[in-house]
Amino acid sequence: MNPQLTTDGRLRHLLTLDGLPRAILTQILDTAESFMDVGEREVKKVPLLRGKSIFNLFFEPSTRTRTTFEIAAKRLSADVVNLNIASSSQSKGEAILDTVDNLAAMHADMFIVRHAQSGAAHFIARHVAPHISVVNAGDGRHAHPTQGLLDMFTIRRYKGAFHNLTVAIVGDVLHSRVARSQIHALTTLGVPEVRVIGPKTLMPTGIEQMGVKVFHDMENGLSGCDVIIMLRLQNERMKGAHLPSAQEYFKFFGLTPDKLAFAKPDAIVMHPGPMNRGVEIDSAVADGPQSVILPQVTYGIAVRMAVMAMLAGGAGA
Amino acid sequence: MPASLPDVDTLIGRLADAIAPVMTADTVIVGIHTGGVWIAERLHKALRCAHPLGQLDISFYRDDFSRIGLHPQVKPSNLPFELEGRPVLLVDDVLLSGRTVRAAMNELFDYGRPASIRLAVLVDRGGHELPICPDFVGISLDTPGTQAINLSRLDDGHLTLSYA
Repeated sequence: MNPQLTTDGRLRHLLTLDGLPRAILTQILDTAESFMDVGEREVKKVPLLRGKSIFNLFFEPSTRTRTTFEIAAKRLSADVVNLNIASSSQSKGEAILDTVDNLAAMHADMFIVRHAQSGAAHFIARHVAPHISVVNAGDGRHAHPTQGLLDMFTIRRYKGAFHNLTVAIVGDVLHSRVARSQIHALTTLGVPEVRVIGPKTLMPTGIEQMGVKVFHDMENGLSGCDVIIMLRLQNERMKGAHLPSAQEYFKFFGLTPDKLAFAKPDAIVMHPGPMNRGVEIDSAVADGPQSVILPQVTYGIAVRMAVMAMLAGGAGA
Repeated sequence: MPASLPDVDTLIGRLADAIAPVMTADTVIVGIHTGGVWIAERLHKALRCAHPLGQLDISFYRDDFSRIGLHPQVKPSNLPFELEGRPVLLVDDVLLSGRTVRAAMNELFDYGRPASIRLAVLVDRGGHELPICPDFVGISLDTPGTQAINLSRLDDGHLTLSYA
């Protein structure tokens, strides 16, 4: 049984997009669509989650993801408490559960969890009382489901459908939880061709088993693509054996206007942020007419509102 | 089975006649999804309202959300005019408990402060649970609360009332 779903098939936690049925993904996207206009109102708020307490548990710092969850919760009228628990002694096993128990004793309704360790959100979800929901806001290399969902929302908004697309994910696939969530969502939603492009050192072995085509050069990889998703290259990867230098990486895999021209003329360019300009993406592309990077941020709020509303609604039934 | 239900066109005509004297140049009309919008479209035309029609989906304002959850297909609310300081004619199809109207008023105030809100309903079934009374009524029906009345729209746009 999928621990993310209730016995009657509703969303109970959001931990990973792996194994979530297409109907649930579509329901989240449709619900997000209906939240889109709330951000443009005089009062940017609806009273759906009034009186609910949502805790942002960030064991790994991330200003932007935390902020978008916070804004989404506030637009639903929930009370939000941010906890940045960076110190390592508080971020392991028993200490995590103590923290969670204490917050549950304060009548928490939902935990948004970010952790450097894969599986942290699952660990908390297994532990919490039945009325508490857990949202994974990124765990290690494993999953970042709301990012994956907002990327799908962006693609659907610009391309209308999934069944006729070629989508390329470019960069450090090896270390990317975002890429994994995207691949699960794209294949579930019926994208016929998902490609991953990157140097061999940043490509996990056996990635083909996820249903993707692997490319090691941009010209072949981007040819005919409708959607290009750039991944952030962590600077610390340069220090290890993975890459020679940022300049070298940019030369082969950085998205420049010249390389973008290999894709379809109406291809859109996405990036989960924050961008390393001049490393994985050229400013001329990031700020260019095909970039939808800032709309992604706006859509991220509506998508997170949808997830929280679906998790909180109908709990008392 | 109760007596047959009246013709919707007749009721809309009756509503329009009652509303016409109080319509001012700055009055806007807002229908509540789904049936209220159908009625509002007809009134909008009959009353020759010069402003675009407003539409509300009150799903995000329902007081039973924590019990029954979110309707999967919420239609976006659309108020394509400045609400601040305007008289509003709020339109719904069937008034029963009054909870939908309460939710609609809460939502309206999130867009601005209207000068006034008047309520027009096609059918007032009584059984109100809140201090909400319509200003304009197509017909009052005293049917048991368990007997649902539905407004439906045929493919040709014709509206009909029926017992569910």
